[in-house]
Order: sequence, then C-alpha cells, then structure tokens
Amino acid sequence: MAVKNYILVCGGTACESAKGDDIYKSLLKEAEAQGVADDVQIVKTGCFGFCEKGPIVKVLPEQAFYVEVVPEDAKEIIAETVIKGRIVERIQYQPEKGAKGEAFDIDNIEFYQKQYRIVLRNCGLIDPGKIDEYIARDGYAALEKCLFDMKPDDIINELKVSGLRGRGGAGFPTWMKWNFTKQVEADQKYIVCNADEGDPGAYMDRSTLEGDPHSVIEAMMIAGICVGADYGAIYIRAEYPLAIERLEVAMQQARDYGLLGKDILGSGFNFDLEVRLGAGAFVCGEETALLASLEGNRGMPIPKPPFPAVSGLFKEPTVINNVETYANIPAIINKGGEWFSKIGTEGSKGTKVFALTGKIKNSGLVEVPMGTTLREIVFDIGGGISSGKKFKAAQTGGPSGGMITEENLDLPIDFDSLTSIGSMMGSGGLIVMDEDDCIVDVAKFYLDFSVEESCGKCAPCRIGTKKLYEYLDKISKGKGELDDLQKMKDIGAAMKKAALCGLGQTAPNPILSSIDNFYEEYRQHIEDGKCAAGKCKDLVRYEIIADKCIGCTVCARKCPVNCIEGERKKPHIIDQDKCIKCGACYDGCKFDAIIVS
Amino acid sequence: MAKMTLEELRKLRNSQKGEMERRDVEGKETHIIVGMGTCGIAAGAKDALDGFLDAIKANDLNDVVVKQTGCMGLCYSEPTVEVKVPGMPDIIYGNVNAAVAKEIVEKHIMHKQMVQDHIQDKPAGDIIK
Ligand SMILES: Cc1cc2nc3c(=O)[nH]c(=O)nc-3n(C[C@H](O)[C@H](O)[C@H](O)COP(=O)(O)O)c2cc1C
Ligand code: SF4
Ligand code: SF4
Ligand code: SF4
Ligand code: FES
Repeated sequence: MAVKNYILVCGGTACESAKGDDIYKSLLKEAEAQGVADDVQIVKTGCFGFCEKGPIVKVLPEQAFYVEVVPEDAKEIIAETVIKGRIVERIQYQPEKGAKGEAFDIDNIEFYQKQYRIVLRNCGLIDPGKIDEYIARDGYAALEKCLFDMKPDDIINELKVSGLRGRGGAGFPTWMKWNFTKQVEADQKYIVCNADEGDPGAYMDRSTLEGDPHSVIEAMMIAGICVGADYGAIYIRAEYPLAIERLEVAMQQARDYGLLGKDILGSGFNFDLEVRLGAGAFVCGEETALLASLEGNRGMPIPKPPFPAVSGLFKEPTVINNVETYANIPAIINKGGEWFSKIGTEGSKGTKVFALTGKIKNSGLVEVPMGTTLREIVFDIGGGISSGKKFKAAQTGGPSGGMITEENLDLPIDFDSLTSIGSMMGSGGLIVMDEDDCIVDVAKFYLDFSVEESCGKCAPCRIGTKKLYEYLDKISKGKGELDDLQKMKDIGAAMKKAALCGLGQTAPNPILSSIDNFYEEYRQHIEDGKCAAGKCKDLVRYEIIADKCIGCTVCARKCPVNCIEGERKKPHIIDQDKCIKCGACYDGCKFDAIIVS
Repeated sequence: MAKMTLEELRKLRNSQKGEMERRDVEGKETHIIVGMGTCGIAAGAKDALDGFLDAIKANDLNDVVVKQTGCMGLCYSEPTVEVKVPGMPDIIYGNVNAAVAKEIVEKHIMHKQMVQDHIQDKPAGDIIK
C-alpha cells in the first residue's frame, strides 16, 4: 500500500463545531467511492489558527489550502486534487494584500502564511547546541562578508538601506547608533546586548537566544567590526538558565572554531564576549541602568545625553542593542538591506516577533511583517479568543504600553501607528483580553508593577506611580470620584514630561490609553459601584437565589472560609461579611443558583 | 577542531549544506526533531524525547535520528515535534507525550500513517532555502 496524498482536516474545537468532523467523514466516504481509499490518508489535525476562515482542509503534497470547506466539497477535493493533482480554485485561500510591503507578496513563502520568519529563521529548525547546523544555514557567512568584502561604512550603509529600527522598544534607527559609536575616537569600545526582557508576558528574546544563539553572537561581532570594538557583553537575566547555557555552549563552540578570539579567520580582527547575569529588575533593561549594573554599580538610570553610543560602558563608546535587533542583522547582511526594506511599512521595516498570551486560543511566538493588523494576529494566527467570548482589548508594550481597542483591530501595526494611538511597540509582549477582563483591574496590575519596579531616583516617577496606583485602587473599591480621572490624566501628563527615564515616562500609558476608550467602565466602577467583569473583588457580591437552589451542599463544601450555611435540600445562604469572593461556590454550583453582581 | 581559516569555514558550510541536500534527495534517514525551549521542556519535552528513544529501541529501528531544536512558536501545543520521513511531507505534531511519541514511531514512521489529532500547521516558510 502506498499512500500518495495526505488530507489534513482541522479538528480544533472552533472548526469542529463548524463541521470539521462531517467533512472528515465525507472525505473518507468519497475516497472509498472513487476507489482511492488506499492512496490517501485522511487525518484530523489540531487547529491551524485560522478559524475565522475555518474549517480548513489541506492536501499534501499538493499544498492545497482550502478554506470554509463544507462536506459537499469532499467529492471535488478527491476527484480533482487527489486523483488529478489539481487545485480547486473555488475554495483555495487567496491572501489579501495588506500594508506589509512588497517582499511579503513576492517572496516564495507559502502563500497563505501570515508569518514571515527572519528573526526566528532558525528557531525550531536547527539544533542550537550545534554550531555546524548554524553554519549550514548561512551562519557566519555575514561575518565573512563583513571581515573580507565590506568596509565599516558599507555595513552602516546596508543597515541604513534596510531601515532597521531597534526592537528593544523605542525603535531608534540602528545604523545611526552604530554610526555615532563608529565616529567617536577611542582606544576601547564595547558592544552590549540587552537581553534583560523584563515585560511581564514577554519571552521573545529568551526563545531567540535558546533557539538560535549564534545569530546574536554573529551580529555582535559584526557590530564590533563596524565600530572598532573587540569586546562585548550579553546582559541577561538570571531567570533564563537555559538561554544562558545555550549561549555559553555556543560561545565555546565559536571559540573552538576560532570564530571568537584572536585573529578571526586570519583577518587580524579580535573579538570576544562574555555573558553577564542580571538580577531581574525591570529598570535594568533601560540602557543606562543596564550599563551601570554591568559596571558593578546599582542599576539606576542616568540622564541622557551623553548617549551610550558616545559615552557608555566605563564611559567608553558603546553600542547597545536588543536581542531581536541583533538577530536581524546577519540576514540583512546576507540578503541585503534592499531585501529587508521591502518588508514592512513605510516607517518600520522588517518583521516583529510577538509573544501572544492572555485569552488567545493559540498562544505562542509569532513573527509577522510590520504592518500586519491586530485582527490578523489575533484571529488569523492566534485562532481568536480562547473563551469564545468577545475581544475587549489587547495590550502591547507591557507596563509601558497602552490598550488597543476593537476599533483599532484593523490598524496596520508598526512603531508609529502604535504610538499614535497611545500605546507603543515595546519589546513585543501582546496580551489579549476578553469581556471577563476588567480594564481598571488590568491598569491597576501594571501600575502595581511600575510602583514595585520604579528605582525611586526621581520624584515624578516614584511619587507619580504610587499616586496613580492609589487612585486606581480607590476606584476598584468603589470609592473613586469622577474627578479622579482628570487627576490621573494630569499626573500622567506630568510624568511623561518630567520623569528621568522611560519607565516613569511610560508608566501612565495603561491608564491614559484606557481612560477615554473605556470611560463607561471607569464610570461604572465610580458611580454605580459595579465591576461588570467581576474582577474588582470589593465590588462583587456572590448571592444564592433561593428559588433555584436545591440544597445540594456543593457550594458549602467548596467554600474555603466556610461562610455558606444551609441544611440539605434547603436553600443555602452566603454570609457576606465573611465571604472573600473567591468564586469557588459560583464555579461549583451546577444549578446556576449563584449569581455575581 | 582547531582554529579555522576562511577556506575551512566555507568548506565546512558547503559540506554541511551538501549533507542536508543529500538527505532531502536520497531520503534515507528519518528525523525526529523535538522542540526543547523553556516552554517545551516545561510542558514535558523530555518525556516525549524519552518516549521516542524507547520506541525506536523497542522496534529496532535504524536510520532514525532524534534531534533537539529551539521553540517553534507553537507554545499552546507544546511539546512540539517535527517528523521528517522520506517520501512523506514534513509534519509537526503538537501535545506530544510519551504515548503519542510511541504512536508516531509505530504509525507514522513504521507505516507511513499520520497520527490523528496531533498535527499542527507549520507557522512560516523558510527564508534561507
Ligand atoms: C524601563 C525600561 C525597560 C527596558 N527594558 C528593556 C529590555 O528588557 N530589553 C531591551 O532590549 N530594551 C529595553 N529597554 C530599552 C533600552 O533602554 C534600549 O532602548 C534598548 O536596549 C536599545 O536597543 P535597540 O536599539 O536595539 O532597541 C528598556 C527601557 C526602559 C525605559
Ligand atoms: S523614571 Fe522611575 S525608574 Fe526611571 S529613574 Fe526615575 S524613578 Fe527611576
Ligand atoms: S451548589 Fe448551588 S444548588 Fe447546591 S446548595 Fe449551593 S447554591 Fe444551592
Ligand atoms: S465566593 Fe468564595 S468565600 Fe465567598 S461564599 Fe463563595 S466560596 Fe465562600
Ligand atoms: S479550529 Fe480549524 S483553524 Fe482553528
């Protein structure tokens, strides 16, 4: 028996309800009827993340990608695609053209895919513990080019043409940074990699280092060649043991091959690297604080200028870039700045990696061209909202970012568009919220984080974050006043202007971006003392409806503080004074007798 | 290996590339590639790996190479594993525990029958090819 074709039918829950199972059965029947049952295997798969257009049927090796398939299509799929090897155009997916740049449409990627992997080009493909596998995939070819074929100015120029902007958050053009450092005369210069990754919910940099450590090492060497530096440090948080281990192994292998060390490949260029561990303070991701920490001092920001590019580590000119920024660079050198500049939008070139988390069905790492819309990320790649409820908002940029509302789902995402709606790209955390999330509660979570992480050096941030948190706390307890909203706006505006570093300048963003868009929700908390999502515990009441309660005693047994009373088969009652609002009774009651209000 | 010259690096790259192509063309070896990032390991990638090794041994299979790689990005379906069998499309399996690993070896690898319900979509094309 030789199976020639494989038909994959998505069997995720969303499509299952949308008839994935029926399609599977009709395909089996048709294969039988048309006499090809032995030539084709029909399998049910996990969700393709494309449920909006589901159910999906894929035929291999033809690479047919059929969307919105109905059981009646089975006959044609078997007759055309399986027997004759032809694509059924009628149901074949046609990608729409968006704002994502030329290359995305013309490159020979699998056409239906929304993702495009530059940074993650090797992640999930090579063994990160084997330098040979990296080398086989053009690894260290960019280094060769930079050592032997390109001058430092050519490297700068290639980066300039590429349009690469820093992925650590602020989006500063990388070529300019390198150029500053290159132009300064100094005996010693340094190359630093920022792998601090402190945003809650973000793990792109960790995954890149774990999956492809050599790409970052190679890029740092290229930076060294370009600006004239022979030493680099990778600053990474100690909570990333696997990434640290993979980096150490990779560095050792590179040293063994003579790719790190003295007189690299006989070029006369020397470069070596070390890994330095950070204790995981969020503010140490800010570049001046990071450099202070590298020098062995307390990680506190200092005013800029001078910028690190001119006076950085030990007051020497220092290039400091983010992990993802570096990971792009070997690909840019190998394939050319021109290639890179064709992907993305006018002002933001290339791709961005996001860590998709929260109420999303297919959580994970996605890399998409700049200009992809939030809708595509959430619904076409992420498979939509995990609970099946309504999308409410998405937070980019972690504690520094803002909430993106449904209204902006179709906005092409890039550095500038996110800033224009009061959020920011940040490092790439993307947290999706549904109706069960409370905006006040989420904003409070981020402000709590900022209060904890503020280094306390400057008053606007030290006092401002605390004040903002206090207002939110008051509102979440039903004790807020409408005036408080304006006061929060004023404090936020002052912090944006007066705080010393990015932490304080951006900490008000979660509030400022939500206060107008979710005014009604803030107002409800304040005026009606209500939290519709049931997240602000002080505003929530669990109550048993006597008529519906059959007295099964489940809730009383579940309650952790024993505050539910009642005899068997008689309605139960919650002692509101003792209730800690854990919701266990509500989840446990099978008779919908408990309500939240 | 001692320090390389430029020529040696190029030679190594070409021979490694050639190796990969030969594998694709002649297609004798089966590859099982297990995603071993922090998320994969936390979800039980090591058990999956053991499951593969045990099943391969139990069935006395030659020409099967088990390798590790980083995160494939499909964190919701960790542990993830890519299976490349000559003459079959490359397939990514998600939520692979030791039992599923055994099933993959016995069905997919030994009988060219894909395993139901665990197949995931490959997230993106390859820009280097
Ligand atoms: C509070 C704060 C935290 C930051 N955390 C990080 C971080 O974890 N990783 C990072 O790469 N950049 C972080 N940054 C940005 C860095 O200061 C800096 O802009 C970045 O390392 C520059 O690299 P790039 O040009 O490649 O983006 C942070 C900035 C601030 C203000
Ligand atoms: S803004 Fe906040 S974190 Fe930054 S220096 Fe001031 S107090 Fe420290
Ligand atoms: S679980 Fe529901 S039905 Fe049972 S006693 Fe409690 S409230 Fe009544
Ligand atoms: S919410 Fe929790 S504490 Fe309150 S009555 Fe129900 S189970 Fe008990
Ligand atoms: S369940 Fe079919 S694509 Fe998500």
